[in-house]
Amino acid sequence: MFKILQKSLSVGSATVDYPRIAPRLAEQFRGCPQFDFAAWSDARSAADACPTGAIAVSDSDGLRQVTVDYGRCIFCGECERASADGAVRMTRHFELAATDRRDLILTAEYELHPDGSHAGLRSASSCPSADEPGKRIEAAIHNLLGRSLAIRQVDAGSCNGCEQEIVALNNPVHDIERFGIHFVASPRHADMLLVTGPVTRNMELALRKTWAATPGPKVVVAVGACGISGGIFGTNYASLGGVDAVIPVDVYIPGCPPRPEALLHGILLALSQVRQRISVHPRG
Amino acid sequence: MTTLLNNLRECFPAQIRAVDETARGQFTVLLHGPDATAIARHLMSGHQARLVTVFAEDRVHEEGVFYIYYVFDRPGDPTWVILKAPIPAEHPSFPSLAAEFPAVNWQEREIQDWFGLEATGHPNPRRVALHDNWPDVHPLRKDFSLDTVLPPFEGERHVYRPAHGEGVFHIPVGPVHAGIIEPGHFNFTVAGEPILYLQLRMFYTHKATEKLFENLPIHRAVFLAESISGDSAFSHGTAFCQAIERAAGIEVPVRAQFQRTILLELERIANHISDAGAIANDVGFVIANSHAGRVREILLGLCECLTGSRVLRGMAAIGGVRRDWQRGQVEAILSTLEVVEREFRDLAAILQSSNSTRERLEHTGILRAEKASMLGVVGVAGRASGVDLDLRRDHPYEAYRHLPFRVPVYREGDVRHRLLVRIEEVGESIQLIRAAVAQLPDGAHRAPAQPIPPGRCAIGAVEGWRGEIVHWVRTGEGNRLERCKVKDPSLNNWPAIVEAVEGNIIADFPVINKSFNLSYSGTDR
Repeated sequence: MFKILQKSLSVGSATVDYPRIAPRLAEQFRGCPQFDFAAWSDARSAADACPTGAIAVSDSDGLRQVTVDYGRCIFCGECERASADGAVRMTRHFELAATDRRDLILTAEYELHPDGSHAGLRSASSCPSADEPGKRIEAAIHNLLGRSLAIRQVDAGSCNGCEQEIVALNNPVHDIERFGIHFVASPRHADMLLVTGPVTRNMELALRKTWAATPGPKVVVAVGACGISGGIFGTNYASLGGVDAVIPVDVYIPGCPPRPEALLHGILLALSQVRQRISVHPRG
Repeated sequence: MTTLLNNLRECFPAQIRAVDETARGQFTVLLHGPDATAIARHLMSGHQARLVTVFAEDRVHEEGVFYIYYVFDRPGDPTWVILKAPIPAEHPSFPSLAAEFPAVNWQEREIQDWFGLEATGHPNPRRVALHDNWPDVHPLRKDFSLDTVLPPFEGERHVYRPAHGEGVFHIPVGPVHAGIIEPGHFNFTVAGEPILYLQLRMFYTHKATEKLFENLPIHRAVFLAESISGDSAFSHGTAFCQAIERAAGIEVPVRAQFQRTILLELERIANHISDAGAIANDVGFVIANSHAGRVREILLGLCECLTGSRVLRGMAAIGGVRRDWQRGQVEAILSTLEVVEREFRDLAAILQSSNSTRERLEHTGILRAEKASMLGVVGVAGRASGVDLDLRRDHPYEAYRHLPFRVPVYREGDVRHRLLVRIEEVGESIQLIRAAVAQLPDGAHRAPAQPIPPGRCAIGAVEGWRGEIVHWVRTGEGNRLERCKVKDPSLNNWPAIVEAVEGNIIADFPVINKSFNLSYSGTDR
């Protein structure tokens, strides 16, 4: 007992102060890719290299539409390698959680040349900007004080990659309980479902039942490329794709898997949703 | 090896049609007919061979037959022996070996479900990989399309063995569990607290992985291999790459072999540390789990520095590794290991200093050595129950042949010894990585990309942190695969949990399950 105490005292506090202070990321850490659509001379090689189809090219009527879906992206960096013109650059940006699925999709339209190359950017949506870490959610944290949030995690078919990082939220380094957030054993005790995917056919019923057992107002967060879109598994005879194919989703957290800070960012973003709903729909 | 081949040719002249020795490190014996029983029996009793995996392939369109493959290994011989038995499409059945060799019980049923080939004489031929309420489909047949839309399930659900008697109850648990773990269903029959028996239903996370491999170009399929079991991303990724490399005759540069070895060992250490913490947690020793979580974070920081990902994603690559290391990164390996070694030593001491913890772990969840070897249990769970197998030593790949390490083996088979195996393996892995760093040569980190020739078959095998991971591929035209078989160690080991929990109190199930820590996604694919 003395030794245990001695060890804990000698370690001191191990907890990081994210989101107040930016996390210490390795120089090599891969966040999302960023796209300079105006400089991108040919998206086809990147689309071919992309393992999940997050980059897609479709041509019609002399126009080329390029779509980039951060909800499918696994941050592998193959698009950067495949784009010789330097228009794709991997960044360390990871705070990508969004409340609207459409916010994760970028599109650009080009004039198509007969030889298959393109030029003349007609329009493009802008890449997500790297805010000051956590700025967007700081307000949510302030509002959070004095409140606790109970999360029920549901693995609806994942590879267990996301679960590893969700478990890490509970270790003393990320210590999610410092926000009054804790993971609970039953959906009946939960305010939030944190769901990983893809949702398999065999888990569809269990997910629906878990959702039905969660009292309202409730918030659903879809985690990871597979939870958002089915990821590399997509939709097939055994997979229904993303979580929102089965239950309504309030927040999407991209990544493969999202690092603990990215999860925290998404969960805190979802909290503002809880607050809005409680004001509309007070608990009796 | 030639001796074995000659012996097989002598003993079974009428059954062997051809032997294929083109790929290094393996030979495939093609049989005339569907019955491999006699040769399998001969290999196992006469040559002490072990049946590693059984799987099928649909070649009806090309050759008019299905094939069943039986992969064996033999003590002291790193060459894989593969029997290949043709199953005529018009008689889709094969003789089951499960009654004699229970290790293939689930695998043969998987073949029944996914290929529609009947395992004749199987002691328990019920569905395993397709749930009972699925329609009568066989998804790995070539005439079944990946994006088939199945009707809503309405067949009968699985019927569990009934239990009668005063005070005997069923306790159904899952698929959604109380903790942050993967989904599966456990059906306990208890008499008061003790567990009479446990029935398992897995495959809740089945997501068409093997079928998907047939639909992706190989350069994308590497990322699918990383997603088979997220805690073993690099091990599965590497096993897959090894299979492709063996099929195509690609030489991996020596530097990359060392880099792979280092990463495989980092994956092992990271998972063993979190398992040690989780086992402690399940018997109420929360502080030990906190320390484990903290030490693991230190290690994941190193993984991020070496691969760009905390969990080693995006690093496996055909022909080597995807990213090279600068000097600073290599130095970070040594400096981080120094911290991890010191911290883990303290953690191991804390874990073993507590008598009440020892009390809970000792004699809990015993898997007897005879059962373990009968069930073909592999990996940590096997080594804690006397099964002395480790592919790093028995089929040396990457840089393992150049590096010294010890394989801890115990016979006790309880939770405590599964923990001890992990603790000792962490120590061995740290020394292994240090030796690998000391010998890490300069040079290329990846062989130049080259086209993958079609029609080649090869095996890749890696001792993941959980146990042996086997991939088998047949390459196809246009940089694609005709088939990729994935065998996670969990598939053999689930039935062992059923044995280990018998007679234990139900409150000990979580810690017993955790001490095996099997992959649901790796099992279900």
